[in-house]
Amino acid sequence: MQISLESFKNLMNFFSEENNTKKVNRISTTFTALKNQNRKALIPFITAGDPNPEITVQLMHQLVQSGADIIELGVPFSDPMADGPTIQRSSERALKHHVNLNDVLDMVAEFRKMNTDTPVVLMGYANPVEAMGYESFATRAKDCGVDGILIVDYPPEESSKWVQCLDQQGINAIFLLSPTTPQERIEQVAKLAKGYIYYVSLKGVTGASHLDLQDVSTMLKRLRNYISLPIGVGFGIRDGATAKAVAGLADAVVVGSRIIEEIERSSDAELLDNAGNLLRTLRKAVDSN
Amino acid sequence: MSAYDLPSKDGHFGPYGGIFVAETLISALEDLREQYEYFHNDPDFQAEFAYELKHYVGRPSPIYHAKRWSEHLGGAQILLKREDLNHTGAHKINNTVGQALLARRMGKKRVIAETGAGQHGVASATVAARYGMECVVYMGSEDVKRQATNVYRMKLLGATVVPVESGSRTLKDALNEAMRDWVTNVENTFYIIGTVAGPHPYPMMVRDFQAVIGNEAKAQMQEDFNRQPDALIACVGGGSNAIGLFYPYIDDIKVRLIGVEAAGKGIDTNQHAATLSMGKPGVLHGNRTYLIQDEHGQIIETHSISAGLDYPGVGPEHAWLKDCGRAEYVAITDDEALGAFHTLCRYEGIMPALESSHALAYAAKYAPTLPKDKLLLVNLSGRGDKDMATVAQMSGLAL
Repeated sequence: MQISLESFKNLMNFFSEENNTKKVNRISTTFTALKNQNRKALIPFITAGDPNPEITVQLMHQLVQSGADIIELGVPFSDPMADGPTIQRSSERALKHHVNLNDVLDMVAEFRKMNTDTPVVLMGYANPVEAMGYESFATRAKDCGVDGILIVDYPPEESSKWVQCLDQQGINAIFLLSPTTPQERIEQVAKLAKGYIYYVSLKGVTGASHLDLQDVSTMLKRLRNYISLPIGVGFGIRDGATAKAVAGLADAVVVGSRIIEEIERSSDAELLDNAGNLLRTLRKAVDSN
Repeated sequence: MSAYDLPSKDGHFGPYGGIFVAETLISALEDLREQYEYFHNDPDFQAEFAYELKHYVGRPSPIYHAKRWSEHLGGAQILLKREDLNHTGAHKINNTVGQALLARRMGKKRVIAETGAGQHGVASATVAARYGMECVVYMGSEDVKRQATNVYRMKLLGATVVPVESGSRTLKDALNEAMRDWVTNVENTFYIIGTVAGPHPYPMMVRDFQAVIGNEAKAQMQEDFNRQPDALIACVGGGSNAIGLFYPYIDDIKVRLIGVEAAGKGIDTNQHAATLSMGKPGVLHGNRTYLIQDEHGQIIETHSISAGLDYPGVGPEHAWLKDCGRAEYVAITDDEALGAFHTLCRYEGIMPALESSHALAYAAKYAPTLPKDKLLLVNLSGRGDKDMATVAQMSGLAL
């Protein structure tokens, strides 16, 4: 594959030459602990500032108390191209409150005052970090207690400088793999990814409802040949049964749109309870695999 | 100086362009790039493309010397590249024919497109009908309301028009939605992007299909005027008509390249779409380019009287041509464009699209500063019939 070889080579050199001293990060600590207990990770996704900025940190604590192992915190963006309607709406609600990347980092810092163990992974789109600048972002993110970040529209071939900046601060660059990722690319992504791999379990956008477990199972077997990092599966996990089934195949179960739906239909007063109840159901399902 | 050969293999124009998409689209783009590279060099494909441009689109489009208008302005001679005379009334069809032929060769039976004013949607619906393909056009619900005639046109041509209710409900949101469709239906679907934006290979591919404009112009100028123009002037929204004209001239450094953006109500207001003049580099819709954005990297709604220029990004090749100084970019307000629209109607009997009127308005400012033997070639990228309701409304009339 001509388009990406050069940038991959640069990246790989960078990792092999300079970064042999691996910094311990909450993400790897968490996965190691889970592995020792023979459990799978449950990773809820919420959008920072949805439905309002005041509730986000409380919601994060609630999710942890209800069984979350890692929290994926969405950074709102005006043009969330890879997301379905549910997460688009959550982004729009947050943007009505003008929640920007700085605010999201502040929320993580606030969360860290009470919780120093649960990894927080930011998820979002390129332009807010482009606007902040890679180095400023990485430095601030480190100070605020961010453990990893997945930028949906930074594929590996456009990410070498970005990954370098993150790595200098010990922040994991999380990458996606999809059902359409060809084998040589899986190998390449495997070499540069940190933390965990996020396997997008279906074609399409977030929030779709047709997940083929057989496909996931086949693909994960293939991925294991090349990937030693934990593999999380997301997109299309909407109920306990699916969460349980996916937990039987993957190292982590990522649930996004289903939680956002719960937030969407809850009043502010009942939101924390409802999200907590949903997460406990999912936790039970994941642990029963 | 070595010949211009951008983009690089991985789709970059200097720091701009590239492939900024989710993993789910990477293999589709890789497939498209490989197929395009193959067919781009395939004589059969090129022969069919040329045949369709001649017999279906009606090319070559003439260069017309606007003598009466030039005389009125009292300076340089203004020449018009008449893309308005193409089938469907604009340059958009050059690209949709090219992409539809590619889609057919790739075995895709379904095409999708995004549209703002509806021109690219109409051009896509047209070629889908011509080649017997299913066509779905995404259009912001605000634009659906504003462009009812074009919506009906697309429907008459057999396309399904899907109103997009997310975000600002305009062109950028239609593009987001088309991307979402593509990622979901990538196996049977070809996404016809309407401008020189999006992830690689789109900016290159759309440019190559539109380069017929500049290639024709070069030959026609030589034949009719025995020399090349002193400057090329074209409007820039995403920038496909401008790149189509500029690209064959990039190495011909005696020819000035001038892109004209939409200054809307003024570039010092927050109601404009002058991306290169006022924006900052960032990443949107699959490529790195100049964007109209706030300090936090959120994309801001733009404004222009012309829906075709009302876009917060711009093709990455324009971003590069600006930075390296090869092309210049200026901005023209709604009022100035409207003025040029009326002037061309009255002096030449040609009703230009409001998009093209921006290029004309700049020519009208620039020509009087030059001697009479200078030649300005303006890309008259589309005809103005579609804009009559807007113009009437601006003049306080209802049709």
